[in-house]
Amino acid sequence: MSYEPNGWQEPTLGENLARAGIKRRDFLKFCGGLAAVFALGNQATGTAHAAPVTAEQIADKLSALTKPNVVWLQLQECTGCMESTLRSGGTTVEEIVLNLLSVNYNELVMAASGDAANKALDDTNAEPHILVVNGSIPLGAGGAYCTIGGKSAEQVLRESAEKATAILAVGACAVWGSVQASKPNPTGAVGVDEIITDRPVINVSGCPPIGEVITATVAYVLTHGDLPKTDAEGRPLFAYDQRIHDSCPRRAHFDAGQFVRTFDDEGARNGWCLYEMGCKGPSTFSACPVIQWNLHTSWPIGAGHPCIGCTEKQFFDRFTPFYQTLPDVTGFGIEATAQEVGWGLVGATVAAVGVHAGVTAARRASATRTKVDPPLRAFGDSTVWLPTPTSRRPAHVDDAPAPKTTDEPGKAE
Amino acid sequence: MSERVVIDPLTRIEGHLRIELETDGSAISKAWSETTQFRGIETIVQGRDPRDAWAFVQRICGVCTSVHAIASINAVENAIGSNPPEQARLIRDMVLASQAVQDHVIHFYHLHAMDWVNVPSAATADPQAAVDFAKKIGSTWKGNTLERMTAVRDTVKGILDSGQLTIFTGGYWDHPDYRLPPEANLMAVAHYLDALEFQRSMIRIGTVFGGKNPHPNFLVGGMACTIDPDKSESINQVQVDQIADWIAETTEFVHACYLPDALAILGVYPDYFEIGAAQPNYLAVGMSGATFAGAPSASRLTTPFTQVKPGVILDGDLSTVHDFDPSKIAEYVSSAWYTYPDGEVALAPDKGVTDPAYTGPTPPFTWLAGADDGKYTWCKAPRYDGHAMQVGPLARVLLAYAQGHARTKELVDGAATRYGISLDKLNSTAGRTLARAVECVTSAEMLADSTFPTFVANLKKGDIDVFDSSRWEPSSWPAEASGFSFVEVARGNLSHWVTIKDGKVDKYQAVVPTTWLAGGRDDTGAQGPYEESLAGNGKHPLVNPAQPLEPLRTIHSFDPCMSCAVHVLDVEGTELGIATS
Repeated sequence: MSYEPNGWQEPTLGENLARAGIKRRDFLKFCGGLAAVFALGNQATGTAHAAPVTAEQIADKLSALTKPNVVWLQLQECTGCMESTLRSGGTTVEEIVLNLLSVNYNELVMAASGDAANKALDDTNAEPHILVVNGSIPLGAGGAYCTIGGKSAEQVLRESAEKATAILAVGACAVWGSVQASKPNPTGAVGVDEIITDRPVINVSGCPPIGEVITATVAYVLTHGDLPKTDAEGRPLFAYDQRIHDSCPRRAHFDAGQFVRTFDDEGARNGWCLYEMGCKGPSTFSACPVIQWNLHTSWPIGAGHPCIGCTEKQFFDRFTPFYQTLPDVTGFGIEATAQEVGWGLVGATVAAVGVHAGVTAARRASATRTKVDPPLRAFGDSTVWLPTPTSRRPAHVDDAPAPKTTDEPGKAE
Repeated sequence: MSERVVIDPLTRIEGHLRIELETDGSAISKAWSETTQFRGIETIVQGRDPRDAWAFVQRICGVCTSVHAIASINAVENAIGSNPPEQARLIRDMVLASQAVQDHVIHFYHLHAMDWVNVPSAATADPQAAVDFAKKIGSTWKGNTLERMTAVRDTVKGILDSGQLTIFTGGYWDHPDYRLPPEANLMAVAHYLDALEFQRSMIRIGTVFGGKNPHPNFLVGGMACTIDPDKSESINQVQVDQIADWIAETTEFVHACYLPDALAILGVYPDYFEIGAAQPNYLAVGMSGATFAGAPSASRLTTPFTQVKPGVILDGDLSTVHDFDPSKIAEYVSSAWYTYPDGEVALAPDKGVTDPAYTGPTPPFTWLAGADDGKYTWCKAPRYDGHAMQVGPLARVLLAYAQGHARTKELVDGAATRYGISLDKLNSTAGRTLARAVECVTSAEMLADSTFPTFVANLKKGDIDVFDSSRWEPSSWPAEASGFSFVEVARGNLSHWVTIKDGKVDKYQAVVPTTWLAGGRDDTGAQGPYEESLAGNGKHPLVNPAQPLEPLRTIHSFDPCMSCAVHVLDVEGTELGIATS
């Protein structure tokens, strides 16, 4: 169980690979897809117009090259995403910062402060690097709501993004602005991809994201030499291709109409469905039930609390009040309830949901709800709450699986 | 001749802190503590369901996750008259205790240690000497093996040889005041890595009850996690056994690794008991994890450690513990970018208004202090009866000491004897770091010896109730109600204040440990504790302004949490008039 450091023990990648017994042939193959991410200089930043380079050239350069340099910014945020990273049990944070990468700038863990820290940032920014961003960018008050080294968060982000070969926005703040962007958004907070619009930004959503998902996204980039495939929101499919509702161990209780009616009631003790307590699992894309939290210890629904939907856009506005059930959406409350609340809500075709005895019970339950507060209407009838089927289709709707799928999203390791 | 020095970003803290200094030769003559982030979360909470508020305000901070959520649900319960069952309270106490221990461990090893420990030096150490050194300082940690020390040395060596120093880039490694021998540095780096693994493991106590960490889930009226010894889908003997293991792991790490390391390292820097004194005024409502809903003197809530009562110590006089009176708290905006509606200089938290009004230079800027209006920070300046106060482990340890808490006294007296210092020297950079280690021991022991066993004993008696449903529905609430709560969290005294009107949050306010400590000057020009610790006596060392190692040591000794420090409430409920995207 104990972590054994097994570091970068030779000066160059080539020597480390040789030490690890990696054959040149395999390495060449690997290099084919690597140029987009690793720091190879101007000619191979992975853009379409880049001068073509052979795998041999890449291999030669890479062999002489060192670990990818990383700038890991924390802008307007709460440090919860770094704390989650510290808790990752997949690729651990010590592997990330000591072995896999050279994290030359991260305010939480770096040794240097002040001028020395700013120099580390400027030096790393001057060369190709991987950029990870926690936190939102407040645009109000001329950028004065979040400054680092005297610069606004926007300026810091733009400078770090300029030569970045891959940009990962990690956490609800970096992706959409999260809590501080909730109404009335006093500081004008926005996510990274509202500032960086000329390149893909990988959105690792969640408040915070699961630690293993954060580190696996970084490891994915290193392993595949490319950015992970994403949904229409820019979220990596390996962690966000299914709704919580699809992989929820309590799904059978939903289908059977067995709902918790009050916290701590008999149903709660039996692990019944939390839908009636306001669970947002049916509308939330996340691998929480599969990966779980903190070394697979538990996860929110497993610990009896409804999902608050923290991987979804503006969940603090769209999913509140948290303890109120999902609103009536098209189709909900009719005979097809289970399907509609299932994939139907995001517009996908449900392949194989049987008509369960529980459907009637579920409909009856929904009929007893008296009223729905105005804020919830927003995501029942809004065009922006969840992507329409067409906007999400390129990602994974084409092959919308049956609610019970055997394919697990990629694991952290 | 004075020289200006700026430390921004001040790293290895939560959030964004900028320190501006003027130095006179080799010592600091003036200091300004400048918080450079503002988010406005309390404004955002207004008008929302009070049962949701915990989820919003928990996001004030992800390092001290849980604590704002617990303070929030306590305050809301206080307002609406909800009465969470004892088991739910004990669960919250266990979450708070595990959070407090984890937080202190992370602070010491991952945020503070590099102020004292020279990482590159570890590469030159003899691994056997590191094993021997650990033994010599009384560390019985299981990781003190030759294999482990050798592997860690090789890792450090590999990083240095690669020329890519990762998080060690730009460290002040050639600073003359790194004093530990290579073998001590190697041991500390090994324990740094062990502590990472430890915190990953022990934080699971909170995950069992809250489902995730950071930002576990809580519930107004109790807890959402059910407990039932005879149900597989509730917390049962399986989880109880796991928690027992993790608590054992916790006490082992704290006793065998953290405390001996802290005592040994501080012993090499004894002059830091003379450096970094802030105002000798201390405020706490009890020991770590103490929780009150409403005024501590009239609280319904039992708190896990009742032996130490709320109190205030002034002018370092431990012989007199003054009664704590929440109405004596006021927050000044003299140095902060806010305005009060009628131009007041200070307002009490329950009347507080925070109307952001930035008057500083448009970024990028190079210097903030000395503006015409005297403002230089987003952090207000709280005062108690006009006094700047220290909160946190030092305040709690001194309060416990003053009230005769035996275990605290034993640990503090042991350390004081070892260093040959008097008690007043705990008001120092080293003293605050020592107090944190002492408190970590008592917190872990109380979790193991008191809170958890009580929870299990109740379970054995058949007490599985975790939720008070009587006040869940807003229809059961008064049309207007106010409540507040105090919680002693890792960094100090935290309070949340809420007013509910017609089922919605009408006013919300948090008074946060780092606000007490990082706030700037008040209307009399008196400095906040960070500033006082750096510039109070004009003797704080700063040998090389390009390598501000000494002030980092002092500021880190407070364990800053800047996101917590900056909170905002507009009691009028008006929007703040800032352009949104």
